[in-house]
Amino acid sequence: MGSHQELQFFHQFDNGLVLLGESMPWLDSVGLALAIPAGSAFDPEDRAGLASLTTEMILRGAGSRDSRQFLEDLENLGIIWSESVSRKHITLTAAMRANRLGDALSIFADVVLRPRLPQEELEPARLGLIQDIRADRDVPEIKLRRELRRRTFPYPWNRPTQGQEETVSVIEWQDVRDFVDQRFRPGGAVIGVAGRFDWDETKTLVGNLFKDWTGVAPSPVPWRWEREQVKHVVYDSQQTHIGIAYRSVPYDDPRYFLARASLGALSGGTSARLFTEVREKRGLCYAVHATYQVIGNMGAVFCYSGTTAERAQETLEVLLAEITRLKDGIQDEELQRVKVQLKSSLVFQQESSVSRARSLISDWLLLGRVRSVIELKQAVDALVTEDVNRFLAENPPNDFTIVTLGPHPLEVPRAVS
Amino acid sequence: MQFLSHTLPNGLEIIAECSPSAFSTALGFFVRVGARDESVEISGVSHFLEHMAFKGSGARTAEDINREFDEIGAVYNAMTSYDSTVYYASVLPEYAEKAFELLACLIQPAIRPDDFELEKKVILEEIRMYLDQPPYGVDETCRSRFFNAHPLGRSVLGTIESISQLTPDRMRAYHQQRYTAKNIIVAATGCIDFEKLVEFAERYCGHLNSEDNERIQLRPEPAYGTHWHHKPSATQQYLIQIAEAPPASTTERFAARFLTAIVGGSSASRLYWEFIDPGRADSVSLSYEGYEDAGIFVTFLSCAPEMLTENLERLRKVYNQIETDGVTSEELDRVKNKLASALVLAAERPATRLFAIGSERLTTGEYRSIEDDLKIVDTITLDEVNRVAEKYPLNCNATEIVGPIAQPSCELRKTC
Repeated sequence: MGSHQELQFFHQFDNGLVLLGESMPWLDSVGLALAIPAGSAFDPEDRAGLASLTTEMILRGAGSRDSRQFLEDLENLGIIWSESVSRKHITLTAAMRANRLGDALSIFADVVLRPRLPQEELEPARLGLIQDIRADRDVPEIKLRRELRRRTFPYPWNRPTQGQEETVSVIEWQDVRDFVDQRFRPGGAVIGVAGRFDWDETKTLVGNLFKDWTGVAPSPVPWRWEREQVKHVVYDSQQTHIGIAYRSVPYDDPRYFLARASLGALSGGTSARLFTEVREKRGLCYAVHATYQVIGNMGAVFCYSGTTAERAQETLEVLLAEITRLKDGIQDEELQRVKVQLKSSLVFQQESSVSRARSLISDWLLLGRVRSVIELKQAVDALVTEDVNRFLAENPPNDFTIVTLGPHPLEVPRAVS
Repeated sequence: MQFLSHTLPNGLEIIAECSPSAFSTALGFFVRVGARDESVEISGVSHFLEHMAFKGSGARTAEDINREFDEIGAVYNAMTSYDSTVYYASVLPEYAEKAFELLACLIQPAIRPDDFELEKKVILEEIRMYLDQPPYGVDETCRSRFFNAHPLGRSVLGTIESISQLTPDRMRAYHQQRYTAKNIIVAATGCIDFEKLVEFAERYCGHLNSEDNERIQLRPEPAYGTHWHHKPSATQQYLIQIAEAPPASTTERFAARFLTAIVGGSSASRLYWEFIDPGRADSVSLSYEGYEDAGIFVTFLSCAPEMLTENLERLRKVYNQIETDGVTSEELDRVKNKLASALVLAAERPATRLFAIGSERLTTGEYRSIEDDLKIVDTITLDEVNRVAEKYPLNCNATEIVGPIAQPSCELRKTC
């Protein structure tokens, strides 16, 4: 894209650790992302929240630094740091000036190889996590999304990453220690670097820093389904919040871009169907959107809107009608707009080193390889209306999970539930 | 990066920070109009007008505008604050003219009665949406109490009453008065052909009304005190504090930003070690908001209800210490390193720079390059930061608390 040439790099070390790189020499900065195969799906059922509590603990000192030195040094080095827990991974990211990459990698190595896990810090970390869990109950959209996810994906992928207050309360220090020992392993871990950096130097440095890391994290527990697909949660709110989910194809499916294109027609911009029908033509809501969610080899579309209680029934009906109508196909003009939007978003993504570093590792974890921006652009260019419409006719959105949250339940049409 | 500027005969100014290697172009129309320009009866009109901007102009309908922006793959939106309303779009460079034309269209809306009534419903939903989210509207109550009768004390969204009563005629008159060429700055960042940009401005904005329209400046007379609101269904307890801070028109604003980073930054700050590290709160922050004639420090804290009383006392102690002892040179150096790095990272995206240069130009009339900002970071002294800490005591504030625990509110104390 643009006039800049893409340069991608790959290396797998003997211990299984994967290093991915993408050179963006026009930047003065560099982004770094590390995924460790230690997500919340691996939490024992009665210790849900273990991955999140472990994440709190590994940042409370590592290597030669105690908790305070750790955070103060990150700031002194100008490393903008963040951590997150997903179902499969704990991900650490860092953005910085190009000359600080070595410092950041060395801190990453301390965190995964030499976390201090100070016993006296367990209670404060637990207290903080429990407060986060409580605070999320006060945000209707977060609470709704949780209830919807619980009924859309199978266990253990359907659990909130933070766990529950009861399960977090019983986690012991030894559980955290064991989780780190079992799951912080190079087999299944991946590092992505994007921005201004020297590949050979970085590869040598990573090789040295992580050479003592060994082993492979064990596989996940078996799945099981919850089949309560329609649910109302009574909630003290002015608006009724509506969530609708349906299954779709995963990221590694050859039909993925057809599914993404249909989602674009549904919710890709302000001219897309949901915004037009629910907000622009009827003024039913302020917020309405649909997003694609991928967990491993599962994909799903999540739709949301929030509206005053008395107009919620109409909003639910319009949402369902628009989602169901997708089976009849989309127009050429709709696809043209979606294609331009997807291509623009690829260019915008190339402007941020840390967002590119995240894409590298997420592609690797979902596909086992990295899709270059050129390949993605070609996949978008190749989209034609007939293919999208054949996909929609063969895979019409159906088998909906519907969760509402608010003062009164809504009537869910029997035919769609 | 090269800075260029040009003013049209009608007074509209175009500024650009050009970086030829950028992939995209970011464009923004920064309009000097916001909630602070409203009277009580028309509270929320600036924000409602921003919504109406997308509902059509001339022969274009709302559907046309939405479709045309999507056809060029634009990432676009608008936002209304107290001081300004900003319409912006990021596009690939080849779509710059189309994006400019559409943005120019937004600031000249038709305000058709049918669209007006339909959009009114959307605004009322937006107000209700925020009332359902923590801190359940008490942030606005706190502003209105602190600022008293000053227009900065009103709500950007307006109230259910003021919005319900608003008419298209009233909005048109307000638009006519505020959206004049001299009140608008067009900013552009990223991949820019400046000559063409000026051509676009002449073509699409050359005819705009050039009347003078001065904003009324008032000195706020802050009110203080603590108020509790009972919300039995909430899980956590939420606290908002507003204290006086330097106005954005003074150089003290830089020191104010350093002070908030040291005291209330997201990690390794005073508030972080006091509340987040020990698990005493799920969220705490201190931010600085500067306006032309006023400034405020805003504290936000969310915690388990049973911890609030103890946390209030801890917060008071942290702020007392800041006022009496100031911050240390180690803290200042650390924050300097952090902010310098953040500035370099912000340069990655034209869209990020757009807001930095557009807002600054609108508020202070200045342009600062990243190098200029880095110089400020480098040269600011401990003395400057501690003078602001002493002059604007954080403990002298208006406080609103909402959650499952309620206590009697204390009287307003004007002599803080």
